[in-house]
Amino acid sequence: MTSLTRRPHAPAEVGKMIILTLCCLIVLGPFVMVVSTSLADSSQVGRGGGLVLWPERPTFDAYRSILAGGQVTTALGVSAFVTIVGTLLALAVTSTLAYALSRTHLLFGRVILLGVLATMLFSAGMIPMYLTVKQFGLLNSLWALIIPVTVSAFNVIVMRAFFGSLPAELTEAALIDGAGEFRIFWTIVLPLSKPILAAIGLFYAVNFWNTFFSAMLYIDDQKKWPIQLVLRQYLINNSQVGVTDAGAVPPSQPALQMAILVLSLIPIACVYPFLQKHFTKGVLTGAVKG
Amino acid sequence: MSSRSEPPRALLARRLRRDWSLLLLALPGVAIFASFYYLPLLGNVIAFKDYQPFIGILGSDWVGLGNFSILFDGDPAFLNALRNTLIITFLQLIFTFPAPIALALLMNSLVSERFKRVVQSVLYLPHFLSWVVVVAIFQHVLGFGGPLEQLMSALGGPHPEIIGNPSFFKPLLILQDIWKNCGWGTILFLAALAGIDQNLYEAAEVDGASRWRQLFHITLPGIRPVIILILILRIGDLLSVGFEQIVLQQAAVGAHASEVLDTYVYNNGIVGGEWGTSAAVGLVKGVIGVVLVLAANKLAHLFGEAGIYQGADK
Repeated sequence: MTSLTRRPHAPAEVGKMIILTLCCLIVLGPFVMVVSTSLADSSQVGRGGGLVLWPERPTFDAYRSILAGGQVTTALGVSAFVTIVGTLLALAVTSTLAYALSRTHLLFGRVILLGVLATMLFSAGMIPMYLTVKQFGLLNSLWALIIPVTVSAFNVIVMRAFFGSLPAELTEAALIDGAGEFRIFWTIVLPLSKPILAAIGLFYAVNFWNTFFSAMLYIDDQKKWPIQLVLRQYLINNSQVGVTDAGAVPPSQPALQMAILVLSLIPIACVYPFLQKHFTKGVLTGAVKG
Repeated sequence: MSSRSEPPRALLARRLRRDWSLLLLALPGVAIFASFYYLPLLGNVIAFKDYQPFIGILGSDWVGLGNFSILFDGDPAFLNALRNTLIITFLQLIFTFPAPIALALLMNSLVSERFKRVVQSVLYLPHFLSWVVVVAIFQHVLGFGGPLEQLMSALGGPHPEIIGNPSFFKPLLILQDIWKNCGWGTILFLAALAGIDQNLYEAAEVDGASRWRQLFHITLPGIRPVIILILILRIGDLLSVGFEQIVLQQAAVGAHASEVLDTYVYNNGIVGGEWGTSAAVGLVKGVIGVVLVLAANKLAHLFGEAGIYQGADK
């Protein structure tokens, strides 16, 4: 029997599509203007006074002068370092803990699991956290942005659920053949877990790339600023963007600002299709097992 | 096999020998949780001390509840932060919380699957942007020289001052929050909607129930457990209202309109050096958060809902 409820009701369907299209425009519109402004030449920006809708004579001058070297380039490098090292470390720490907890009858397993779950209910607060990071000597070190967040209870639970769903016969057979736990984890479990590693790795990577507040708290040295702090300085505090290689007609400030914004979005844009593929699954597993 | 007759110590040793490699794998994660979740909890003792950074936590003098009394005797700055927090959280519960539910219902009722998928990928996107990017985009679109001003001047209207205007600050926060997170928030509701038994709709249709009646008698009851779950989790954060988002925009509107508990802790503690009183505010806030979640969960159980614990072991 075909579903009665899925019979389209034409006027209502069109109305819904219009509303949702408007929602999409409200989300996408600003991006179009951001990209357009970054590509617009200074005379057009000068006439408009701010963001432009469409670049009349597109030019990459703004990008060229920003990437010629200077604070933005350094900050992009810092963020890339934090993101890559942080994500690899986070995946290592999260997956090993989740694997150990996925084995039933692990000694102290119950206590550790409860300890992990409990952290979803509370956090120590900003001041004690700051003092802890200071006590570990991590102030003004990029490790302060990485180490405290290399493991989150939510991700441990999601991964543990995934490992738990792998057929137990695989590990049992390997144990009988004399393989140790490290070997089983590395050669059997991890290769089978690529989907969940990708999903959680992407989540971690986005968070590391977007690190803002902990950098504001822990990093004073401007040379170690990640891209989000530089964005705040130039786009929200409206500091003048210095240009080393100005050329004949220097790019306008709005074009420079928007070019920095676009550069900060490129990694997100690159991973977004993969996020799309994996994230729903990750969120749902977490929510169901929560 | 013989575990029941073994003395406890021998049993422990045997299990240690069996599990040592697994425990070694767990060690880095456990160490991080211990160092950056549990150890900082102990740091909360400075809420009861006159903390001096150069003396250290152990050396500083105990002041009992002194740090708390400063707050509850009615420090105007603290009361202002508390008031702003409560107003913003109230606005969030009224506007931000139901928005994804409405959006999910709208998307779910679409017949065209392809259109729905396109809408989803567009509306999920802003969730993955940092607050710095979102705030920057809003400031440039709504601020001076932005498209809003250009549009108003083309229409001959006045120049609307939204960015930096204290009376627009709280609506602006809500707007940004919805823009960033509303699409993403639909995921769980869409999953719940997909789980509703389609036969119920067919039966209702046969009985002559209108689409609105179906919405109120089948759809909304069907996703009620998820709504309550999200509400409970939200209640735990009642006193945490968009910290990064607010810190970024505070300079433009001033403390009177924008100070909330989290920014109060930051501004007085880390910027202002009032470690003890700020830690006291943070501690009270954290404890209230845990109590609220547990209470909301208890309440949900009383009303026969699953809450957050049931199902955790499945």
